[in-house]
Amino acid sequence: MTTLTPTREEPTTTRRAAGGQPRGGPWLHLLLIGGLLVVITPFVWMVLGSIKTTGELRQAPPTWLPQDPTLGNYVDLFERLDFARFFFNTTLVAVAVTLGNLLFASMLGYALAKLDFPGKRVLFVLMLGTLMVPAIVTFMPLFVLVSNLGMVNTYPGLILPTLAGASGVAFGGFLMRQYISDLPDELLDAARVDGAGEYRIFFNIILPLCGPALAALAILTFLAAWNNFLWPLVVASTEDMYTLPVALALFAIGQHETNYGLLLAGAVTVVLPVVLVFIVLQRYFTQGIALTGIK
Amino acid sequence: MTGPTTAIREPVVAGSRVGRPRWRSILVSWSFTLPFVILFVVFMAGPIVVSLVTSFTDLRVTDIRNPFAVDFVGLDNYVNVLGDDVFRRAAFNTAIYVVVGVTLTMGFGLLIAIGLNQAVVKFKTLFRAGYYLPYVTSIVAIAVVWRLLLSEETGLVNALLSLIGIDGPGWLTDTRFALGSMVVMAAWRGTGFLMVIFLAGLQSIPSELYEAAEVDGAGPWQRFRSITLPLLRPTLLLTAVIASIGWLQFFEEPFVMTQGGPLNSTLSVAYHTYNQFSFGNYGPTSAISYLLFLAIALLAFGQFRLFRSKT
Repeated sequence: MTTLTPTREEPTTTRRAAGGQPRGGPWLHLLLIGGLLVVITPFVWMVLGSIKTTGELRQAPPTWLPQDPTLGNYVDLFERLDFARFFFNTTLVAVAVTLGNLLFASMLGYALAKLDFPGKRVLFVLMLGTLMVPAIVTFMPLFVLVSNLGMVNTYPGLILPTLAGASGVAFGGFLMRQYISDLPDELLDAARVDGAGEYRIFFNIILPLCGPALAALAILTFLAAWNNFLWPLVVASTEDMYTLPVALALFAIGQHETNYGLLLAGAVTVVLPVVLVFIVLQRYFTQGIALTGIK
Repeated sequence: MTGPTTAIREPVVAGSRVGRPRWRSILVSWSFTLPFVILFVVFMAGPIVVSLVTSFTDLRVTDIRNPFAVDFVGLDNYVNVLGDDVFRRAAFNTAIYVVVGVTLTMGFGLLIAIGLNQAVVKFKTLFRAGYYLPYVTSIVAIAVVWRLLLSEETGLVNALLSLIGIDGPGWLTDTRFALGSMVVMAAWRGTGFLMVIFLAGLQSIPSELYEAAEVDGAGPWQRFRSITLPLLRPTLLLTAVIASIGWLQFFEEPFVMTQGGPLNSTLSVAYHTYNQFSFGNYGPTSAISYLLFLAIALLAFGQFRLFRSKT
């Protein structure tokens, strides 16, 4: 179920061989390439625009290639504005949420997959229920709670509710449970006969076998936390605690609304790390989707 | 009790090893779930319950340090919200976002998935990654880019339209076009996600079925209707649930691109909720978010019923 993707691609080849030639012909290829251009063009235009001056971006008709390429927008972002700080905040929060999720979700997944205890079914249902709770429902009371705990505008205030949200431990626990359930029970039984405790089994036997699932979970969690918007917008009240998406959105509707060059450079700064992660680790995404059983 | 047979058979039930009482193994088991349980109780279950209670009170931002001093106002918040023209407009817009958005993303997602599954053999991974790319990038960044692309005078979209002699409107500033532009833009982003799911579903359909149908003289449309659609049904219904839940929470795009305007024509329920929160009206905020929650729960429940009864 989890690693069948490569084998599943075979039918296409078989069908192609049976038919003697690829199906669809040139028109289908043209349509698919055209669609891909529609998807990619805004990204290309964003990158090109980020090295244009705002004057050039406000010209009609718009230009494709920058007439006078400049890195001025990026210099502005990092020297006049505090984008280095926003970058640091976003990285810190995303890494903390990811590490927390890897540990807590695999613990939860292991308990749900391989241990037997009263209340397990209830816990499983609560975990699935959490996946359905949208952030828009909980953010207001969460804000009241967090302000009473004195955590508004702090890193724990940014991190903990994200970890508890729908794309946090609940999602991770579900993914890890699916994966750990498929590991053979004999491994655990053998270790238990040897007198190993549950924690030793978990850390020394289970975790080392969970590589692919942990990789998929790490990427999905990191991206969700990096791009997260509503909660950081609510909880970060001063500029020094902004994350990148919050800073970009507030600048775009506020003081830098018409500074197009700056906004596009900001968009590149938000998107680029994610695109790099995506390109390098592309196959784990599909794996992650397959692991949650959505297909 | 200490015989080797028992020692081998027993461990299947976790931790209930020889000499260790059952309660201990239960404690150990629960300790694995403790981080989730704490996070869930404090940051999920707590707020959900508080939100429900708050929706029946007149809590305002000024009461935040003393939440127990507020008064209960019964169903007033719900009555006021449902009678409010701005909320009604937001609810209407959100209904359009969900219906049009889900239809567009599922339609295009399925088309592209079928296309990729049939035609491109060599560069499938590249195509798949390309189409998926917008989905992994920040909505805020994409909304900033599209706001410029859709601008009336200096935007790329109108520049391309003028090449074929069309004088494009202010896509985001004209009340007739703003909502539509927003849906299409967000569908542009969401399609790749559904495409990847559909592609996995398509690849699990045995090719023999298509070959047999072809031998029997079935055309492409017939093969699609009698093989692809029925076998893809569970996938389609599940993605419909996921996509609907996503579109019901539509927020970042109008926030960055139009601030809900012009004249509330792009305001969504989620955005309206956020606005009420920033005005400090916590009672109505809770009431609206609960109405949204209810819509999501009903939708998910309904679609899952459908999903179960047909498979």
